[in-house]
Amino acid sequence: MASYLIRRFFLMLLTLFGISVLIFTMLRVVPGNIADIVFNAAGMIDVAEKAKLEKELGLDQPIAVQYVQWIGGLARGDLGYSYVSEKPALDEILPRIPITAKLAGLALTFAIVFGVPLGVLSAVKQNSGLDYTLRVISLSGLSMPAFWLGLLILMAFVKYFGTIPIYSSTPAGFWSALGLYSVPAAAVGFRSSALIMRLTRSSMLEVLRQDYIRTARAKGASEQNVNYHHALRNAVLPVVTVIGIETAFLMGGLIVTETVFNIPGVARFLVEAIRWRDYPIVQNLVMFIAIVAVSINFLVDMLYAVLDPRIKYSG
Amino acid sequence: MGTKLIALATAILASLTLSTAQAAEPKHGGILKVYHRETPPSLSIHEEATFSVNAPAMGLYNNLVVYDQHKPQNSMGTIVPELATSWAWSADNLKLTFKLREGVKWHDGQPFTAKDVKCTFDLLQGKGQDKFRKNPRKDLFSNISDVATNGDFEVTLQLKRPQPSLVAMLASGYTPMYSCHVTAAQMRTHPIGTGPFKFVEFKQNESITLTKNPDYWKKGLPYLDGIQYTIISNRATAVLAFVAGNVDMTFPTEMTAALIKDVKSQDPTAVCEIAPINVSTNLIMNLESPPFNNIELRKAMALALDRKSFIDIIFQGQADAGGTLLPPPEGVWGMPPDMLKTIPGYGDVNKSREQARAIMAKFGYSADKPLKIKVSTRNLATYRDPAVVLIDQLKSIYIDAELDPVESSQWFAKVARNDYSVGLNLTGNGIDDPDQAFYENYACGSERNYTHYCNKELEALFDKQSVETDVEKRKKMVWDIDKKLQEDVARPILMHARSGTCWKPYVKNMTIMNNSAYNGYRYEDVWLDK
Repeated sequence: MASYLIRRFFLMLLTLFGISVLIFTMLRVVPGNIADIVFNAAGMIDVAEKAKLEKELGLDQPIAVQYVQWIGGLARGDLGYSYVSEKPALDEILPRIPITAKLAGLALTFAIVFGVPLGVLSAVKQNSGLDYTLRVISLSGLSMPAFWLGLLILMAFVKYFGTIPIYSSTPAGFWSALGLYSVPAAAVGFRSSALIMRLTRSSMLEVLRQDYIRTARAKGASEQNVNYHHALRNAVLPVVTVIGIETAFLMGGLIVTETVFNIPGVARFLVEAIRWRDYPIVQNLVMFIAIVAVSINFLVDMLYAVLDPRIKYSG
Repeated sequence: MGTKLIALATAILASLTLSTAQAAEPKHGGILKVYHRETPPSLSIHEEATFSVNAPAMGLYNNLVVYDQHKPQNSMGTIVPELATSWAWSADNLKLTFKLREGVKWHDGQPFTAKDVKCTFDLLQGKGQDKFRKNPRKDLFSNISDVATNGDFEVTLQLKRPQPSLVAMLASGYTPMYSCHVTAAQMRTHPIGTGPFKFVEFKQNESITLTKNPDYWKKGLPYLDGIQYTIISNRATAVLAFVAGNVDMTFPTEMTAALIKDVKSQDPTAVCEIAPINVSTNLIMNLESPPFNNIELRKAMALALDRKSFIDIIFQGQADAGGTLLPPPEGVWGMPPDMLKTIPGYGDVNKSREQARAIMAKFGYSADKPLKIKVSTRNLATYRDPAVVLIDQLKSIYIDAELDPVESSQWFAKVARNDYSVGLNLTGNGIDDPDQAFYENYACGSERNYTHYCNKELEALFDKQSVETDVEKRKKMVWDIDKKLQEDVARPILMHARSGTCWKPYVKNMTIMNNSAYNGYRYEDVWLDK
């Protein structure tokens, strides 16, 4: 087990190194840098003036030197300065992480709390009216773009309640934060809950047809015991894998949802930073997201052993 | 009975008059909440070239002189003193002397003096030790040869040649005074001005917060306790936030005619105004390489344009046809409609296109053998949409055009390299003045003369109109120049946009400028009737 963990840890480092090279190179392959953008925004085309700005920001250095400087800084905990706000990148990124974390956490909770039980219900009541209704709902969740759902929700709030659930200032306490984030979390979590619901349903249906379920029933186990103790425990493994993947995918949905609900989290900030080619922000944020995604995958792998004792890790 | 009725009517009238008077009496307090369409690059007005900066930042600063904030049409006659108490020209019109206001303090408590004025011009002209990171309007002040201070409260600008419109440039929202003791870099992150509002915080993607300057030199102002700009980049969300009352006002000029209709249907009390913003959509052609180095072909292009269709399709009728300068009545210097009609391409579209086809046929083009070109433009909806209409219109004169959307950051660099054949561009004018429009966009060698159009004879006329002090005489000269620019097909103007702004009825004293989108955001006497 220990050797497996060490191997996985080094694999994680290798993955992160690959991502760092990839994001660094990709950013510089995309046409235009911050100097191009600020000069274009001002309608200016003076090449000499632009070169001065590039020099000031260190963009005139060879790419390899810029990469080493960035990684060196990262190792020392120095993330550099945002080109746009001219503030330390860490000061720009750190306050936004809890906002997105709360939103993502709530969205995931929403997805699991609704997705798993409704998936089980749908499987247990297969081909009933309830099953059909839940299947239609889950299909809508998968087909409906998050930005459209978000806008529909906002329009409904304005029309029926005369208010709009968007972020306008830092929420004062837990309940106000919960109130603020729950609507966008539901909007972004709806897709994930639909996916989890469908997967739980199909996985449950497969398990419910197994011999040991029939045996459990023959033994006289209650229907609830069969469904939730014997079947769900075995059906949940693929669902856990998908939850892990969905957590990483949530980032994509959050970019749209943070924009529609005007939430100043890291996802929207990342898009804005890409638009401005604010390299220090983009590079460090992408690395942060990569670390989170890789860690979640690692945790999901570990969770398998807890959920299914038959799984053994070997070096 | 009759007496009683009269008394009752008098009482009602008196109470109505009283309530109107009370409503008209400005109230102190309250935070004006406005949504901002994007995160502005900084709040240092001199370094930026978008009213995304002017709108939130103009309240932080003062100019020497400024356009009267409650006269919608900016003109020489609406310029009022601000940090200067008066100004005077020397007899030869080569010296402009300003008497400065005493007792004005920067937001950090330092006194404002003539040295600050000199520092501002040193920054603008790149003469001082401290430099702007970028200086988009340095050419506007190239006629100033020296800035001399005479004591702490008098400053004289020495000009190379007479230029009456310099005062207009100084009155623009783009020309605030900066202090000597705050660096250009600091001004980008924590601006210090003398204006009615002080900078509190600028959070990227989130908000810009300004608070009342209690030591403002205009006693009793501002009325507002502060202004809160919430950055809402998604327009649908922003408009809904306005309808729901989360903000008191939309971002200036951000509302289209269709959006205003939508807002009014949901909130009939909303006050909305549509006005020209002095931003023209224009056609640029590569004058240095074939085929458009040939003026005949350029003329054919100009004759193919159906401006009414552009205006109807892109702006639902809310735009104006005109030349380089914004057309009247809002524009001060634009050609009168009768004159405009005499320019090729501004009259009957069918007849013009007949002429255009004849020109194209002379060059061997026909419906079967069209001229194939690319229409390049920035990959933004405001550029792309008119480019698509243009492509459709060019078909009528045997031009088979293809859209070439260019990554926004690469647009001006591509144009500067002459790496295009035909392009569609937007040009914003900070002030409604011929000097800015002519020298910036059409003078030989100007950085923003993207087509490199160069006509020395016409440039001599630029200088001639620039020194003219008689407004009516100057107007006629300007019209002739503008007409010649259109006839030369230097940069055919497709239309001048109009845009809207909405606010809640309790926002008082709000005036929308109607010939510039850059000059009307001081907000010192805006108040909330809540």
